[in-house]
Amino acid sequence: MSATTTAPGTAATGKSAPESSHQSFFGAHPFVRYAGIRFIVSIFLAIGVTLVTFILTNLVPTDPVTAVLGESAAADPAIVANMRRQMGLDKPLPVQYLMYLQRLLHGDMGTSAQTHNPVAQDLSQALPATMELALITLVISVIIGVGLGLYAALHNRRFSDQLIRLLSLLGISVPSFWLAMLCFYFFFYKLGLFPGTGRLDPTFTAPPHVTGMYITDALLAGDPALAANAVSHAVLPALVMILWTVGFLLRFCRSSVLEVLSQDYVTAARAKGLPSGRITFAYVLRGALLPILTMIGMLFGGLMSGSVLVESVFSWHGLGQYAFQAAKSLDLQAIMGVGLTVGVIYITVNFVVDLLYGLIDPRVRVQ
Amino acid sequence: MSDTNEVTASVPALKPRKKRFELPPQWKTAYGIIGVVVVAFWLIVAIIGPLLPLADPLAQTAERLAAPSSAHWFGTDELGRDVFSRVLYGARISIPVAIALVVLSMLLGGLLGMLAGYFGRVLDETIMRLADIVLAFPPIILAMVITAALGPGIGNAVIAMLVVNWPQYARIMRSMVVGVRGSEYVISDRLLGFSAWQTLRVDVLPNVVSSILVLATLDFGNAILLLSGLSFLGLGAVPPTPEWGFMVSEGVQNFSAWWIATFPGLCISSVVIAFNFIGDTLRDALDPHMRKHVQSEAM
Repeated sequence: MSATTTAPGTAATGKSAPESSHQSFFGAHPFVRYAGIRFIVSIFLAIGVTLVTFILTNLVPTDPVTAVLGESAAADPAIVANMRRQMGLDKPLPVQYLMYLQRLLHGDMGTSAQTHNPVAQDLSQALPATMELALITLVISVIIGVGLGLYAALHNRRFSDQLIRLLSLLGISVPSFWLAMLCFYFFFYKLGLFPGTGRLDPTFTAPPHVTGMYITDALLAGDPALAANAVSHAVLPALVMILWTVGFLLRFCRSSVLEVLSQDYVTAARAKGLPSGRITFAYVLRGALLPILTMIGMLFGGLMSGSVLVESVFSWHGLGQYAFQAAKSLDLQAIMGVGLTVGVIYITVNFVVDLLYGLIDPRVRVQ
Repeated sequence: MSDTNEVTASVPALKPRKKRFELPPQWKTAYGIIGVVVVAFWLIVAIIGPLLPLADPLAQTAERLAAPSSAHWFGTDELGRDVFSRVLYGARISIPVAIALVVLSMLLGGLLGMLAGYFGRVLDETIMRLADIVLAFPPIILAMVITAALGPGIGNAVIAMLVVNWPQYARIMRSMVVGVRGSEYVISDRLLGFSAWQTLRVDVLPNVVSSILVLATLDFGNAILLLSGLSFLGLGAVPPTPEWGFMVSEGVQNFSAWWIATFPGLCISSVVIAFNFIGDTLRDALDPHMRKHVQSEAM
């Protein structure tokens, strides 16, 4: 990836060098400046995310003091006042927000009312499970989605294109939780082809924790049987999620390629008589790559959360399942922890996508 | 935007060609027809539901967990309620909620996006950064967090979904308004002394309305999916409301009684697919890029 993306980047530097002498403020390389600006924006977004979770936590009508103390102790006003002081609830909201930020920076997201563990600890176990599923899904669906999308656009208005269009529409229209249930019913309950719930058979014990992703960890520990079991458990949930993401990518890739196909430079390339393979890959795909990349970034974030519904069907103990349990029992600290984590992952992915943007399309960083 | 003008201006001249290329294999129109028919069906069901000779969707009289039969076409659920009747009554919840959500987010997002795009500067920055923050959360997580904070219920779910949903309209609206803002006719409005509101209404809105409508049509499906997803998690509709997503979740507990979850799921799918069919057809019909592409292919 880096080899191919830096090539256009360096080529573009030469081009924009004369401009940058009077354009950049700090005499920095335009890409560095671009990256710096994107980074600052990301930090602001992250702060915005903490603000949202903070406000939502404070919106809730339930009194956190009562929740901590229990009904009987909360009846005593002295204890309550003491507790309020201890929890910093007597301070004005902006101060409370700063205290909240300070705790977050120390990795303290509070304690889950449901599991009685620190939320950060719960999340560190749930996150890899979701990541595992999201990565499998993303890799497979990018290969299928972008490939088929390109094909569909190049063969616009033909039968294959119509078929692909139908499939992609079906993929994004069918509710994932229902699809998950159907898969569960047929492949597990009726046919018994794949294991139904959880990440491993009960006879297996989890591999030593390295990444937290069972498949990688099992392989690292040199246990192929365990890895195979983990894979067989991942098949059904991944399948459901792939059907959904492929639909999305396919559709998006198709329209994005169609848009590039109508650009003048593609017509010009055709008029010059360039071979069609070269036009497809060097002209069309590169032009269409930017929006597709954004889409992939968004999808990754979407997968982190889209899995909420799928995970709850397959009892996959990931972020989604955790969030669901937390939401059901109104375990606020845990819910906000999930929101925060997913939000920050989302922002990080978008930051990376922005950087890639700058590398692929030099015009982006000059703005 | 200049593309649109060019294309629409050149369409009459190319009439014979346009006809040849706007009627591709019947597939394309089939999407539109199927979409309209299915949506119309559900709309009618939603409107005249109570007039139909159906069992009471809340009555727990029938045999429990009965398989589909001539008496109960879609079987009965755990509490002996008729699934067929519940499924049809479900349309009276999902469809109005989806319409309300889409209209509200279109108004809110569209208005904010228009203001941001037309006035720019501080207003633009404030609105769009707000949108960025909302978009920094994946929709269902944010919606989940908000409904959890407000408490379950359809009203709260709509508020949560509105918070999650407006930014996409704001973004599209803003980018289109920015695109139109620099055009000669908007500048001439300003020179003629039109007020901002007049300019927006007379010359900006007609230019952006088709894109917003396409987005809205496609968004109906998403709205229904989001609501059913929230209800599936127990955060949307509260029992005993016959809401499709919630009914699917009831089916999860009874795997042997496949009919409880299968039929409401089919209903969700059919409505969402139909809306997406319409949206897709509309987009192809309205999108200038698509038309331009079709023409360039023809040449």
